[in-house]
Amino acid sequence: MKKYVSFFRMRFSTGLQYRQAAIAGMSTQFVWGAMEILLFKAFYEADPSAFPMEFSALTSYIWLQQAFLALYMMWFLEREIFDSITGGGIAYELCRPLDLYSMWFARNIANRMSKAVLRCIPILLLATCLPKPYGMQPPRSLITFILFLFSMGLALLVTVAFSMILYLLCFYTISPLGIRMVAFSLVEFFSGAVIPLPFLPDGIRQVCELLPFASMQNVAFRIYSGDLSGIRGYGAISLQLFWVVALILSGKLLLKNALNKVVVQGG
Amino acid sequence: MIEVEHISKIFRVSRRNSGFKEAAKALFHREYEELKALDDISFTIADGEMVGYIGPNGAGKSSTIKILSGILYPDSGTCFVNGRIPWKERKAHVKDIGVVFGQRSQLWWDVPVIDSFELIKDIYDIPLTTYRNNLEELIALLNLSQIIKTPTRQLSLGQRMRCEIAASLLHEPKILFLDEPTIGLDAISKLAVRDFIRKRNETHKTTVILTTHDMQDIEALSKRIILIGKGRLLMDGTLDDLKSVKAEDSIDEVIASMYRKYDIA
Repeated sequence: MKKYVSFFRMRFSTGLQYRQAAIAGMSTQFVWGAMEILLFKAFYEADPSAFPMEFSALTSYIWLQQAFLALYMMWFLEREIFDSITGGGIAYELCRPLDLYSMWFARNIANRMSKAVLRCIPILLLATCLPKPYGMQPPRSLITFILFLFSMGLALLVTVAFSMILYLLCFYTISPLGIRMVAFSLVEFFSGAVIPLPFLPDGIRQVCELLPFASMQNVAFRIYSGDLSGIRGYGAISLQLFWVVALILSGKLLLKNALNKVVVQGG
Repeated sequence: MIEVEHISKIFRVSRRNSGFKEAAKALFHREYEELKALDDISFTIADGEMVGYIGPNGAGKSSTIKILSGILYPDSGTCFVNGRIPWKERKAHVKDIGVVFGQRSQLWWDVPVIDSFELIKDIYDIPLTTYRNNLEELIALLNLSQIIKTPTRQLSLGQRMRCEIAASLLHEPKILFLDEPTIGLDAISKLAVRDFIRKRNETHKTTVILTTHDMQDIEALSKRIILIGKGRLLMDGTLDDLKSVKAEDSIDEVIASMYRKYDIA
């Protein structure tokens, strides 16, 4: 276990080095969040009764999403892992007494957390200072907040477990580009990163909520804003748990299969 | 103790002629050629031996190293390294070996080398005192005291290679695989690396298997030579055996004439 913790530490401290990227990211995300809220406000004013969430729940959702972008956006993948698979650097990683899956998993979690830690606090602070209903609301109760944190953790695990599958598919395709493009658009839409899932039409929404993508940011942010509560909240968290286990198991299986026929490229 | 018995490995290589038409044709029908990377290779290496593993580009040297280090599965044949089958017991096996791939890096690019070393310490569960002693020894012998504080990206190739070798020895492996360790190095770095490898073999009785194209490496380091070409084992003998082919020529010429003789150039 210690070795994976060291791996985590190493990646985390490397990630903290990139200050300029963090500043650029924060300003982009703040402006983006503001624009998104203005856009939804226009919809809201046109017909408040057709709006599937409370407006203040929506703004909290958007600010959380912007603050924790690095935790859940599919495109925060590690280029080094793709490179090591397609370029053959994996040779060294296989020469270590390590479980490749756990090592890459720890590394991804560390990378995402190091990015998020740098960015979330200023965005959250700024968003809290904005006037109602545009700002970030405090959580409704302590229990909501605890559930929210728990669900955030699960969401990170689901996101990373899904990224692992993307990395591992590269053992089969040589170029990671195609898979990445398809996966990014799919995940972005079905996880509620483009528009929150409650805005999808009935029928489609119910199906989407069962997919692994809905277990990423959707659940946690909606629990926080009070849109998912009570039985529905617990149900959604159980589904998250299910997807964590299912995705990790399929990832491990995929890796085992890949290593059986791995060809380390180049000299 | 390394025992390799009748190992074979076949790669499928896709081939096509140049041109757009051929590329379009390859969309529907691909022609594969089977390439015998290794063809019935057998040899035994005793503990503490230093062996030069040579052959032209594409002969199968790296494939052999990869099989011995447990990364690649052979199609047939077996091999035991210290009694273990590398690819079946990968994690236990790799604790006993150190590997340097001259053309790749195992050090983290953006952090000082010493941080990579610390990580390796945790990866191999090296006890702190052992780690400190080994590190001290390697720093002294490879002259690393200043270099290890520098991020890997700012090292010269020669400096980096010295660090790579140190990194692969921190856990005191019994066997060291060096895949072209002197590639691209200047004269001074080459001499330093060779000198170090020789001393390591003498003092720690580390078994060393070295692939190289540099015949001076072979002359300076190994008494025993295994020559392979096109996946086949051509010669397993001493440097003198090789020289006796054509005594008056330089070793490079001897090798070249061997390659021609076996039609593997």
